[in-house]
Amino acid sequence: MLAFSILIALFAAGCHKKPPVAPPPAPAPTAPPAAPAPEKPAVLEFSAEPSSIERGQSAILRWSVSNATDVSIDNGIGTVPANGNRRVIPGDTTTYTLTANGPGGNISATATVTVTAPAPPPPQQTETNKGTFDSRIQSDLQDAYFDYDSSNIRGDARTALTADADALKRIFADFPNGTILIEGNCDERGSAEYNLGLGDRRASAAKDFLVQLGVPADKLKTISYGKERPVCTESNDACWQKNRHDHFSAGQ
Amino acid sequence: MKRKISVIFVCAALLCAAAFRLFAQDIQDWIKGTGAKPALAVVDFRGAGQASAFMSQFNSTLWDDLQNSGLFEMRAKSMYPLNNPQRPEDMRPEDNHQGYALVDWAGSPVNASHLAFGYAAAQNGLFVLYGYLDDVRQANAQSAQLIGQRYAEDLSEAGAVKAAHEFANDIIQKFGGTASLLGSRIYFVSDRTGTNEIWAMDWDGGNQKALTHLRAKPPGSLYPAVSPDGTRVAFTTWAFGTPRIVVVDTQTGRRLPFYNQEASLNATPSFTPDGKQIYYASSASGLAQIYVASLDGQGFRRVSYRDAIEVEPKVNPKNPSLLLFVSGPLNQQIYQMTSTGSDVQRVTNGEGEAANPSWNPDGQHIAFSWTRGYATGNFNVFVMDIGSRQYVQLTSGQGRNENPVWAPDGRHLVFMSNRNGREQIYTMLANGTQVKQLTTQGVNRYPVWGVQ
Repeated sequence: MLAFSILIALFAAGCHKKPPVAPPPAPAPTAPPAAPAPEKPAVLEFSAEPSSIERGQSAILRWSVSNATDVSIDNGIGTVPANGNRRVIPGDTTTYTLTANGPGGNISATATVTVTAPAPPPPQQTETNKGTFDSRIQSDLQDAYFDYDSSNIRGDARTALTADADALKRIFADFPNGTILIEGNCDERGSAEYNLGLGDRRASAAKDFLVQLGVPADKLKTISYGKERPVCTESNDACWQKNRHDHFSAGQ
Repeated sequence: MKRKISVIFVCAALLCAAAFRLFAQDIQDWIKGTGAKPALAVVDFRGAGQASAFMSQFNSTLWDDLQNSGLFEMRAKSMYPLNNPQRPEDMRPEDNHQGYALVDWAGSPVNASHLAFGYAAAQNGLFVLYGYLDDVRQANAQSAQLIGQRYAEDLSEAGAVKAAHEFANDIIQKFGGTASLLGSRIYFVSDRTGTNEIWAMDWDGGNQKALTHLRAKPPGSLYPAVSPDGTRVAFTTWAFGTPRIVVVDTQTGRRLPFYNQEASLNATPSFTPDGKQIYYASSASGLAQIYVASLDGQGFRRVSYRDAIEVEPKVNPKNPSLLLFVSGPLNQQIYQMTSTGSDVQRVTNGEGEAANPSWNPDGQHIAFSWTRGYATGNFNVFVMDIGSRQYVQLTSGQGRNENPVWAPDGRHLVFMSNRNGREQIYTMLANGTQVKQLTTQGVNRYPVWGVQ
């Protein structure tokens, strides 16, 4: 904290304390020597300590100015002596500007007190986040559909999963701790046991495809429900197609 | 035009049927049993005193057990003489046409070869049964008697039913019936409590009880297998996330240790005939393949290396190095291989989809489900001779019929069917007759038959 204050002070000095190092003006060769020009005011110090406070705490402004006839600080402090300090309790981050006027000109400098909010309480258990995570999964990710007794990623599934890969990257950016479950499902044809293996293969086929497109593998889990969780229970082609799919849900 | 087509169709169907019959001759003989069956007459037993209250239950149980065995030509009671013998001394050699002579039963119209008779009485607070079996073709009552046995059970309906089972069992064993079904249990999946749990019931559908209470969200717990000694059931459950294998004790329902491999899928377990190992399917390699492990899941080993989904491993009861399983790469079929994964052969002929192989205790025949000849997905129960690959179809035209599993007696099958709406558990004889529905509450699926 102290080092940081010094840094701020040095920064302020570096910006505004130019005159002492400026070379003297070249003497006029012919004119008689005139009275020496009055020196420009200089801000030797203007700092806030500490420079960062939590809301409700105070900081001390310190300043030291030379060659000035009047010195003032804004933000309601007003005219101050050439050297001094003042305790301030800013409600928000405030940059104080010190202005010094003298016969040689005027100069200003600034010092900033950064006000941080007190540490917020920890967020409520992921309930609300999870809801958002779930809703993002529901709204942003599309199912991938399969041919009968196949786990090949066919054309429409390729399109869907390519869009899903982008959506997943955005979702993981917003929910870095989230994991996704890819659920492999089958239609009612074929035996329950075989379909369990087929659903597993469908889920892992989608996972492999997404990983190839840059989705982190460790964020994707797979599960097979075989034909045990149909979304449609009629025995016709349309219904069977609906049931031959990979669906996305939030992992645990 | 329509008529012509249907005529052609009928002709084709007849041709097919004829060819089918010819081809399936041997296996047909096997499922029917060889030689003439004993013609069995069973009198209505009467009960003395308090035993009389339980006789109608006793008589129907005795009749059903004997009929269900498939070993007998049951002689209809309507043909019987007016009087029925109750004790051996009731039998008299002379032909008096009153029912007390052997020839009254051996002759027309009963034409029985054997007669079961006897009576029950309440004795010292017990239901006591005196059961007899005579070969009525013999000359006298002494040489005719094959069984004369006293059975004592609780003086209750359950006691009377148990006595009937025991007497029927003795008769069945007299005729070379293999292991009895008495005491055997059927394990299955039921959703009647809201989640799919593993249930157990007696072989005749009695005494239905939940074995697990995992309350896993759908699909819950499915695909049970029972150990050869009937003490353990292994099954697939989603109770802990991805499908895993759990083993429980059939007496207590308590979980026994089983190590599941790191995999998205560990499923369809089955026990080896010696009860010391469990075969199962695991996707540890990225694709469901057959593995074998100790009873506790330790020391697992991959059996096969094929680029096809493999599930439902079933080891031959007589030859532990022969294994059936269900696999692709095309439409699912039943395959066989050795326990080291060599000599892979397709068992079913490639038509339709085949699943659920179950070994008969003889190690020679299998029951399985197959969509052959029907719309894809419409499974029916078949039996095949594994040596000749000859097969017969046991169910047809009544919904989906799947997951046939042999009873310990090698003569009965339990299976699931949606013939009456939602899936229920049924049993039948291996010749497709005597179909009985055992469950009604909720949806009931995936039965297996254990010796206890």
